[in-house]
Amino acid sequence: MSIWEYANPKKFIATTTPLVPWVMGISISCLVVGLVWGFFFTPDDFRQGSTVKIIYLHVPAALMAINAWFMMLIASLIWLVRRHHVSALAARAAAPIGMVMTVIALITGAIWGQPMWGTWWAWDPRLTSFLILFLFYLGYMALWEAIEDSDTAADLTSVLCLVGSVFAVLSRYAVQFWNQGLHQGTSVPVATGERSVSDVFFVPLLVCMIGFGLLFLALVLMRTATEVRARRIKALEARMR
Amino acid sequence: MIALLKRDLVLAVRAGGGFGLGLSFFLIVIVLVPFGVGPEAEILTRIAPGIVWVAALLAALLSLDRIFALDFEDGSLPLLATSPLPMEGVALIKGIAHWITTGLPLTLVAPVLGFLLHLEPSAFGWLLASLALGTPALSMIGTFGAALTVGVRRGGLLMSLLVLPLYVPTLIFGAEAVARGAAGLGGLTPLLMVAVITLASFALLPFAASAALKINLR
Amino acid sequence: MFPDLGEYGTEVLTAYGVSIGLLVAIIALSMRRSRKMRAQLDAVEARKDAARGE
Repeated sequence: MSIWEYANPKKFIATTTPLVPWVMGISISCLVVGLVWGFFFTPDDFRQGSTVKIIYLHVPAALMAINAWFMMLIASLIWLVRRHHVSALAARAAAPIGMVMTVIALITGAIWGQPMWGTWWAWDPRLTSFLILFLFYLGYMALWEAIEDSDTAADLTSVLCLVGSVFAVLSRYAVQFWNQGLHQGTSVPVATGERSVSDVFFVPLLVCMIGFGLLFLALVLMRTATEVRARRIKALEARMR
Repeated sequence: MIALLKRDLVLAVRAGGGFGLGLSFFLIVIVLVPFGVGPEAEILTRIAPGIVWVAALLAALLSLDRIFALDFEDGSLPLLATSPLPMEGVALIKGIAHWITTGLPLTLVAPVLGFLLHLEPSAFGWLLASLALGTPALSMIGTFGAALTVGVRRGGLLMSLLVLPLYVPTLIFGAEAVARGAAGLGGLTPLLMVAVITLASFALLPFAASAALKINLR
Repeated sequence: MFPDLGEYGTEVLTAYGVSIGLLVAIIALSMRRSRKMRAQLDAVEARKDAARGE
């Protein structure tokens, strides 16, 4: 058994189709539990008041916005190296979801920033990086749409994803250099294991992060299957003509 | 390679090649800014580095789609692909030719336009240096963007969408070098960063651009 | 037992409303397209089988 077996589109669809409702179901239960827990049963922060409740949306969305791009990068590399169509289509399927996550992170951040920092928007490194990430998603999706031949589109978007990743990292350092920010450091650093969020907030936050992650997985699987089908329709129609 | 460079330069300078166009565009953008923000010298002095950089970036963008589109249409690009010259070399030469026809003249006229925007006297050297070091990166990144979209009909707008986010780091460091230099804060660090971006793009992006070209010519 | 959101009630509720709205929108769009493609593929496959049968 090798993981590359699932690169066969038929096998991919046959395996993932029954999985999708389950993953979707678990993710939505996680989200409902996490958000209800966070919204109704956590105390207000002594400084931020009830606005801390926004953390249950803001942090998981931001996390997935970056991870979606990362997943697209890996899928693009797999496509370029091993030429598995499912991989290229998975990258395409992930882009709109990543973009929505970026938008959620930006909007909830703006709504949170208004009462806390007194401004909707600040040209802070983190905020600016996310805006740039949003532009990258837009460009990537536009390139997919613009090219008719699907293999050419897959190749070119993969190259763009690779080069874009390098420039995205570069932009991150550039904006850090350019302006010191209002945004606090990361609340849940994975590497050090320490965190600045107390357990009362952290447990429901963790549930929400799992929910967002599974939601992303379910959506990617579903959308990839859709893209595989769309391509098969195209191929069949071309053959019958 | 030299022959290709010469040919591109001749084509660009010839009528309709768009050589003067980018330069005129640069001038017009700079002239328009005071109309938009008002003629107060203090404000203009403050924003001048950024304005000159943004205008240079837009002017460079304007002529990007000519890099490969004309060769693609008249069929000389497939010819270049089958010539003994490696595709990476073609991409590199195209980037250099674009810089000589847009980046270099932009750099040379920028100090003159600096006077119009009441640029700090101490900033002129920084402006010249940062543009001289930064505009090659703009050309090379743009060559990559042009290579990606060469097969797309009316790809100009799409290319702008792809290329502009890639310009962000160069713009930040370039404008920052001028601003810090003008304020006497030591603009050397951002200036060196601009140089790093330029060198790295010339070292790596020709490979990405040639990969994109090969895919498009397939 | 709706929690007391204090002075920031509007902000918190808008944030939740907008985010959940966006999530529902992307889920609904993905599912709709998934259904459409599945139906279309079935139709095309049926046509192909019919053509082969003749």
